[in-house]
Formats: sequence, C-alpha cells, structure tokens
Amino acid sequence: MWFKGYKLPNMSSLLIWGLLWEITGQLELTFFVPPLSEVFVTLFNIIGTPAFTKALYETAVAFLGGVFFAIVIGIPIGIFMGRNRLLDELLLPWVNIFVSAPLTALVPVLMVLFGFGLKSIIITTTLFGIWIIILNTRAGVRQINRSLIEMSTSFGASPMDAFTKVYFWAALPEILGGVRIGVIRAVKGVIIGQLLISIVGFGALFELYASNFLMSHFWAVLIVLFALAFTISEFLGYLERKVSYYAASR
Amino acid sequence: MVMSQTESAFADAQSLEQDIAVSVQGVSKNYGAVEALKNMSLDFPRGQLTSLLGPSGCGKTTLLKIIAGLLKSDTGKIIVNGKPVTGPGPNRAFVFQDFALLPWASVMRNVAFGLELRGVAKSEREDKAAKYINDVGLAGFEGAYPHELSGGMRQRVGLARALSVDANVLLLDEPFSAVDEQTRRKFQEDLLALVANENKTFIFVTHSIEEAVYCSDQIALLLPRPSRVHEIIRPNINRAIGVESIRRAPEYLDIVDQIWASLRAYVE
Repeated sequence: MWFKGYKLPNMSSLLIWGLLWEITGQLELTFFVPPLSEVFVTLFNIIGTPAFTKALYETAVAFLGGVFFAIVIGIPIGIFMGRNRLLDELLLPWVNIFVSAPLTALVPVLMVLFGFGLKSIIITTTLFGIWIIILNTRAGVRQINRSLIEMSTSFGASPMDAFTKVYFWAALPEILGGVRIGVIRAVKGVIIGQLLISIVGFGALFELYASNFLMSHFWAVLIVLFALAFTISEFLGYLERKVSYYAASR
Repeated sequence: MVMSQTESAFADAQSLEQDIAVSVQGVSKNYGAVEALKNMSLDFPRGQLTSLLGPSGCGKTTLLKIIAGLLKSDTGKIIVNGKPVTGPGPNRAFVFQDFALLPWASVMRNVAFGLELRGVAKSEREDKAAKYINDVGLAGFEGAYPHELSGGMRQRVGLARALSVDANVLLLDEPFSAVDEQTRRKFQEDLLALVANENKTFIFVTHSIEEAVYCSDQIALLLPRPSRVHEIIRPNINRAIGVESIRRAPEYLDIVDQIWASLRAYVE
C-alpha cells in the first residue's frame, strides 16, 4: 500500500482498523466491543489454559481430518470430471447445488446419519470445503493444453501416469486456488459443526463465552481462529505463487 | 535435373522396390458432415523424409494424428513396419507444433519423459536424454525450465524427446511454424543432417512450400474439399552441393514454382 509516495508496511490497514477498534472500545459504546487491548490481555491469559489447549486440539483434529478428506476426495473427483464427459454430466449438477447450498441446514441430517461425535463434525467440515475444490480442479483440468494430453498419449502414458504426471501438475495452479478457498470454508464448517453437533472445541468456547457475555474472551478466540485461517491461506497462496510461473505458459 | 536416362530409370526402379515404413491405405475421416480425409492412400519410404504439404484444411494434421494413433480413422488402415496401427506405439514419436513440454519439468526431465513413461530406470534414461540434449545443441541447459528458453530452443527439447525414445518413425506436425524465420532455417539444415545420420523415417507436415522442397525426399501434395493426394513429387535435389546452396539450385526453384502453380487456385 502507498500513501503520498511512501510505501506503507504490509498490513498497515490492519493497524488503522485496530486503532479504530481500540477507540470504539474505550468509548464504551456497547458491551459487544471491548477495547482491543483488553481482548489481547484476555488472549494471553487464556491461551495457555487447559480449556483452551483442549479446544484447540479438538478443533485442529476435526479441521485437519475434514480438510484431508476434502482434498484427497475432491481433487481426484475434479480430475475425473474434467477428463470424462459422462461423469461430468452426471456429477456437475450436484456439485453446483452443493457449492451454493446452505450446508448448515444439512447438519441435523448428518447428526441423524452419523451420530453426535467427531465423525459428524469431520463430515461437515469436508462438505464445506470439498465442492469448490472439485470445481476448481475440474476447471484446471479442462483448460490443460490439448497437445500436452496428446503428448502423454503418444508416448504411451498409462492412465495412472497421465493423471499423476501430467493432469495433476498441469492443473496445479487452479487446484491450489480451490484448496485455498476450500480450506477457508472448512474453517467455517468445523466451527458450525462444533456448535451444532456436539458442543466441543472452539465451538464450545464460543457458545460458553457468548452466553455469558464474556465478550473479550469471545473476541480473543475469534482472533486466534482468524490468525490460524489467515496463516493457512497465506501459506497456500505462497504455494500458488510458486507454480504461477507456468500457469501462463501451459 | 541433369541425369542420364539410364540413371533416372534406375532411380525409378529403385523407388518402386523401396522398403515402405508407413503405408496409409484407403483412410477416410469425417468430422460430422465435414470430410477431413477421403479414401486416402499414401506410402512413406523408410529412411526418408516425406512432407505432407497443402493449404489449410486439407487434412494434413489429421492424417498425421491418425498415423500417430491419436485419432481413429473411420475407414481404411495404417500399416507401420508391416503391422496395422491400433493406437499410439513405441515405433512412432510425435513432435508437436506448440512443443507440448511440461512447464514444471526441467529440460532433462522433459527430454527423458517419453522414456520415463516407458518405465526406463532414471539413470539409464538420463544418460540417453543427455546424449540427445547434446545432439540438438542444448548442452548446458539440462537444468533449465521451458519458460526460460526461446521458442527455437523449446522445439529442440521437443525434438530431443522424440529422438530419445528411439522410434523409427518420427512424426513432425508443423514443428517450425512457431519459431522465427532465422531459427527456422537453422532447423531445416539440422533436419537434413538428422535425416542423413539417423536411420529414421520422417513424416513432416508443413504449409511452407520452400520448407517442403528444401527438406523432403518426397512431397505429398494434398488438396482440400474433398481432401485427397493430388500429386507425389520427388525433388531429387543433389544435397551434395551443400545445405547453403540448395536454395539457389535450379531444381529447387522449379519445384517451388510448380507446387505453387498447383496450389494457388486453392488459396483464397
């Protein structure tokens, strides 16, 4: 960001908003917004407590499990759909429905089918993330240069080789873009799952703090969650930039 | 052509008995209502370079891809080394107009990729690839990536990849059309050396009359609507006069004119 010819450090907009938050909090306009400084003090107080580490652990397990399945199921389905017209026609309507469906409304159904435990939370997380991964992978595979496909065919690539050595890599920039958005959606999925299915992890903390009007605690957990999601998203963005050199020349 | 009668008769007899590497027999191909190829028959002598030359839309690339096994013909068959073609096979290697390199792989891996797909062990395939990288004049660029190379160098990678699988038929689909004119001339000279040194059959699609006459032992002139072989021309230019002098040879100029006379009616 530039201001009057000076290059401002990265994320300086965050500083401005943080300052605004602090001022609003100090003015005590609403109990909902405690000063940012107070939120950070609370954050450092709770971050080492057993309740917090337990919640972090539970959330991390459900989140990583959900993201894992979203990726290992989503990418192959996307590749198959991009390469096979019949499969594409069969599955695309469903993918399009689910990518825009209010998945939260489906969570009670999942509870009936898979119970109230970790399994349902992981499935919820997967369902939030997987559709956009499928769609992006499909789009990536569909735009692979025709001659690259002919090349692998003409040199006798087995279907497995073609998938793992050509299609996957050729679609990687789009796949990573899809995974990045899918992971962000999965963060939403894991919290909704923990709130609705069984009150565990960060979902339980949100529930506890919000119902007791512990707003600075509430915001502290939210900031931790933001920071985690932001870090993962930035890391995937970094991977995306690493492969962007060939995105233009496929 | 300065040739005594007995000599030319001898050459004709020889060409009749010639070993045929690839034979196209009655091949037709339709795209919906469009006839891309109609009952086409054509022989490609072993160890020689045959050009498929014609205006755009005459089905030359379609024919090449059918020979490669990338497309299925509707009728007719392709015989390579005495066996009918059912799909891509190790006896044919393809060089692509747009190079078709893996952008995420180094020159070394790209050149060795054909061997990698055939399950050749890494050290063995890299030894072989290194030899052909050297042969096409890219020594020192083994670790470079395609986006770091010029168009001409990229096509050298594509050529080295096709050579390294040691197929005895090389299929080249307008390989120099995405390359600038100067590089192209150098390529054509190198191609002549390649035909002379490697005992391979080259099938070469081009839309450049000069290129076809310069490089070819045999030119199949294809005409469109419906696609057919109009004429087989054997330039018989004496290459001993040197690659630099071919473009000044009277035979060269005559054949270029003759082909243009056949084609001009089909070029809008």
